[in-house]
Amino acid sequence: MSTSRSNFLDQIVSDQRRKLWARAWKRFRSRPMSVIGLAIIVAVVLAALLAPVLAPYPEHAGKYTDFASALESPSLEHPLGTDHVGRDILSRVLFGYRISLMLVGVVLGFGVPTGVLLGLVAGYYGGWTETIIMRITDTALALPPLVMALAITSALQPTLWNAMLAVAALWWTWHTRLVQSIVSSERNEEYVQAAKLAGASSPHIMFKEILPNCLSPILVKVTLDAGFVILIGAGLSFIGVGVQPPQPGLGTMVSQGTGYLPDSWWFAIFPGTAIFVLVMGFNMLGDGLRDVFDVEVNR
Amino acid sequence: MKYWQYLARRLGGGVISLFGLSIIIFIVSRILPGNPARMALGAMASEEQVQELTREMGLTQPLWKQYLGYMQGLLTGNLGQSLETKRAVTVDIVQYLPATLELITVSILLTIIIGIPLGVIAAQSKDGWIDHGTRLIAFFSVSVPGFFIGILFQLIFGYLLNWFPITGQMSSRFSGEVTHYTGFLLIDTLASGQLLAHLNVWHHIFLPALALSMAGMGQIMRLTRSSMIDVKNQDYVEAERGYGLPDWLVTYKYTLKNAFIPTLTVLGLLYASLLGNAFLIELVFSWPGLARYGITAVINNDFNAVVGVTMMIGVAFVGINFLIDMLVGRVDPRIRLQIEEAT
Repeated sequence: MSTSRSNFLDQIVSDQRRKLWARAWKRFRSRPMSVIGLAIIVAVVLAALLAPVLAPYPEHAGKYTDFASALESPSLEHPLGTDHVGRDILSRVLFGYRISLMLVGVVLGFGVPTGVLLGLVAGYYGGWTETIIMRITDTALALPPLVMALAITSALQPTLWNAMLAVAALWWTWHTRLVQSIVSSERNEEYVQAAKLAGASSPHIMFKEILPNCLSPILVKVTLDAGFVILIGAGLSFIGVGVQPPQPGLGTMVSQGTGYLPDSWWFAIFPGTAIFVLVMGFNMLGDGLRDVFDVEVNR
Repeated sequence: MKYWQYLARRLGGGVISLFGLSIIIFIVSRILPGNPARMALGAMASEEQVQELTREMGLTQPLWKQYLGYMQGLLTGNLGQSLETKRAVTVDIVQYLPATLELITVSILLTIIIGIPLGVIAAQSKDGWIDHGTRLIAFFSVSVPGFFIGILFQLIFGYLLNWFPITGQMSSRFSGEVTHYTGFLLIDTLASGQLLAHLNVWHHIFLPALALSMAGMGQIMRLTRSSMIDVKNQDYVEAERGYGLPDWLVTYKYTLKNAFIPTLTVLGLLYASLLGNAFLIELVFSWPGLARYGITAVINNDFNAVVGVTMMIGVAFVGINFLIDMLVGRVDPRIRLQIEEAT
């Protein structure tokens, strides 16, 4: 008897959930901006994955020189022109996307779970636990992220991995703050009280009861974050403490290209535009998702 | 709770943050692998040279002693010597900071002058083409890397149209005529009575400041728009219209004033975060500011200078946030009431 009843309840819940998702999808599709954003991201991710196949000159991604064809303007042979040592810029942009997306993956893959966990603990337990965690978070936020990453990278060696480490080391803070603020208001809700009365353990309440209610703001934030991480990575590379030549970092390429302005404008402009397009994609998608889930999340 | 108690609490929080920051920087700079002396001297230096510099920098002492010395230095404003310029880091910072402050201040002014009116217009023509236009600009401005906007501006307004100078802070022909009273060129040129030089400084600062303001401008535009729309639907605004007050008066005096509060908070955060973005813009425009000094220090492993610049930016960041808390606490009646109710 009790099993059939809980089956019945499960049925209702899953029906409701399916309806909610269907409605969300419909709302998502009705916004051309978010669909375009998603399309850009899918296209870039595919292009990055297939870079070795798609790039016209895959060997140009590394330490290749052909001074005879240096700084050629865009042509059929080199749609985005060539750089100062004669490498095809289109090929390098495609491989540059790989590095940018990898940065996003590493930073968010580390930062989001860490931040969410700390936010859950701080918001749920409150008191001293909350004070200590949030104080540390505020401290890490006491500097602009770019400066913080710069300071950390400078103490190590300026390489791509250290830059990633530096950005990842401070990214969790944003998610801690977001989740903590949601949890500290959710913890007094009736469903949490009910779960407590029913004898549920704290981990169960945190992960099974409260966390699902934080998922949509986290998802929106992750999407917006992705664009921001790319910008910071590009900034670090532009300064010269991120991706090191001859690796094809997008920011590194813009930095090299500025030396050849205005005559060889394509050298700096196309890699810069490539960064812009991808970040724009993430921002459009994030903005659309924010509307779909109707949550307040700032970057 | 009184207003000053609220301020004291905020200030206390800021000081704790700075204390934490000093520890983080200390850990990052001392405990992470790599001998700063070796890094500063480069691979070519002999072992004796490295050891001598290590002693000079106090790196042979136990860690807690190093931390005490470092904290004492921070509190007394003695940040040691820059390995690159061979001068006290404090002296360097005092020299480079004004150029940065000048840049970010002009930049935030541009954000306000352009961003807020556009936000108001967007709110009034909600869903009209101006509204969509500002939405696009906002999207564009948060998606373009700051340094890339700088390069685009240089290319378009500098090389192509030749409207603005591309690099530097002032034409060299004026540099002999200006006395440095404050380090802020916009003030110093006026104080020296050099009107032409003053205009020349504006001419130089406009492009980098505009490039720097782009990212925040989109944000401010959208925020002003949405809070204008929120306030516009309030009963009291309806009542004012009912009384027959002219449209512009209702919009700019009664609506904007209340809609401005959230914008003010964000403006403060923005002002502080410009310090970070200025790093890239200063590099693009060869702006002789703190950020460029900091980057040179990072690239040359100039240890004391990096610590100095990072701490300086931390202090400025916390300081600006505190000022904003102070202002918002005064301006926003809701926060003022909250403060008083908490007694």
